[in-house]
Amino acid sequence: MTDTPELESLHGCPVTWSCGQQVVHPDREGYLALLQALADDGFHLLVDLCAVDHLTHPGRSLPVPPERFEVVVNLLSLNERRRVRVRVQVPEADPTLPSLFDLFPGTEAMEREAYDMFGVLFTGHPDLTRILMPEDWDGHPLRKDYAVGRIPVQFKGADERGMARGAGS
Amino acid sequence: MTLAETPRLTSEAGQEMVPRSRLTAKELLRESGAVLRLSEAEVAALPEENEDPSEDQTMIINMGPQHPSTHGVLRLMLELKGEQVLRCKPIVGYLHTGMEKTGEELTYLQGATNVTRMDYASPLTNELVFSMAVEKLLGIDADIPERAVWIRMLLSELNRMSSHLLFLASNGMDIGAVSMMLYGWREREEVLRFFQKVTGLRMNHNFIRPGGVAADLPDGWRDDVRRLLELIPPRLDEYDTLMTEQPLWRQRLQGVGVITAQEAIALGVTGPILRSTGIEWDLRRDQPYLHYDEVDFDVVVGSYGDCFDRYAIRLNEVRESMRIVAQVLDRMPPGDYRIQDKKVTPPPRARIDESMEALIHHFKIFTEGFKVPEGEVYVAIESPRGEIGCYIVSDGSAKPYRLHVRAPSFVNLQALPHMMHGGLIADAVAVISSVDPILGEVDR
Repeated sequence: MTDTPELESLHGCPVTWSCGQQVVHPDREGYLALLQALADDGFHLLVDLCAVDHLTHPGRSLPVPPERFEVVVNLLSLNERRRVRVRVQVPEADPTLPSLFDLFPGTEAMEREAYDMFGVLFTGHPDLTRILMPEDWDGHPLRKDYAVGRIPVQFKGADERGMARGAGS
Repeated sequence: MTLAETPRLTSEAGQEMVPRSRLTAKELLRESGAVLRLSEAEVAALPEENEDPSEDQTMIINMGPQHPSTHGVLRLMLELKGEQVLRCKPIVGYLHTGMEKTGEELTYLQGATNVTRMDYASPLTNELVFSMAVEKLLGIDADIPERAVWIRMLLSELNRMSSHLLFLASNGMDIGAVSMMLYGWREREEVLRFFQKVTGLRMNHNFIRPGGVAADLPDGWRDDVRRLLELIPPRLDEYDTLMTEQPLWRQRLQGVGVITAQEAIALGVTGPILRSTGIEWDLRRDQPYLHYDEVDFDVVVGSYGDCFDRYAIRLNEVRESMRIVAQVLDRMPPGDYRIQDKKVTPPPRARIDESMEALIHHFKIFTEGFKVPEGEVYVAIESPRGEIGCYIVSDGSAKPYRLHVRAPSFVNLQALPHMMHGGLIADAVAVISSVDPILGEVDR
């Protein structure tokens, strides 16, 4: 957080600095436009996209109203050897965000992971399915209300096969 | 698009650059039809193949997860037309054990034991990126003792060598040069033997920790490293004779699995795959960390973006790593191997016997761990496979609130369908091998 009363801004979005790293905070409506503007600025490599669930840590200081979910995008400019991070707040009631697939096709797997782990929906994604968990899994494991070890290990069809083999084996 | 926005056209063609934000996936990727986007349920619902396959019929088959060339448990859903691969979908998740979730339950001191198991072929790189991220959050990243920094460099370069030697072994095996498999494993074992001497373990070392490294280098480490530096170069020359100069090897790899620089950047691909397309990008040189700006080494780049370039880059990166190791050998300073900040590192064993405070600090560090100020940070370094990044969100407690590892293999796998598109199924094996994915970090 900056101590100056006047916040820095980039393409109309407030900017903060975290451990010497530049962080931009767009709102949901301005998210895609900001990413497009950053792409034109030379940030051609989208390095990473991940989500964070702030359910049990709501009181963080942000220049924008905090929400439960946050999607974090790390961008890299190869020419300027510079990084920038984008953090966008996603409300729990409507966890949707426009997909970046058309702008950065490399987000396909990353957005699938964020959907799989947090249930954030990316509109316009070509194939928004689970990527790490089985397709028929319930819940989103990295959410804070998904307790560790709550659900036993599940295997598809374990019941039927177990029944067929019988308990005496 | 209004008229004013339209790129001005001449009789030749558009003469102005289109802004990057206007390009869509269709234009960025050579063939947008390379990725197969079908779910399990949709595949199961597909009609059975006809008894009499007509000319244009395609077939969807699974390659893996138990296929020997898929490096662990990668499954590829391939759409084939005869022997030609049309579309492909990498299916991952078989090794998913929720390591990012586990990371939220472990203290920062224990965290390195968790992340080291992600990319099991280069565990020290994982520990290093995690430790650097924690140190940055603590604000002690500039205070790490010199000796610790140089030890970290020594180990991460040796790890790059062992990881690339493993690649050379498995690549040889996949292509059919089975003797290469034995040679690669043999040389890798020499490096792992040194790791065992230093860290106590061949893999999953938990040696690089927040604040420095776990222990000082053992007596005689210089002789061991010198022995490695003498042993490996002639062996690499043998590989050149065995593979690089061999026409069969070249024909099997050259022009296979081509990816362009534009595609690689659009897909977020990093590491040797990005460098094989001619982009000179190596975080060790371009965003130096540790003391990489003080050592002399070359960034190896290719020009064709094919499997052969990726093979040759990795082979020569072993040589470059050895150059760095030789310089580290000369410059290794004396001094402490970890920061003497009693909040972060446990006190020396001898102090515990004589000081009550030392005993308390020791106890507190190993039971509660140390608290890290609230904040978030992303740190990236160059792993043998590309950019490995660690994103940590701290809520001020002794455990990370969120630990995310940007695994290079996870992102690099997305390039597979584009590299395979239109190629033969026999080349698919070469392509998987040349991407060098480690499924442990893909699935985490």
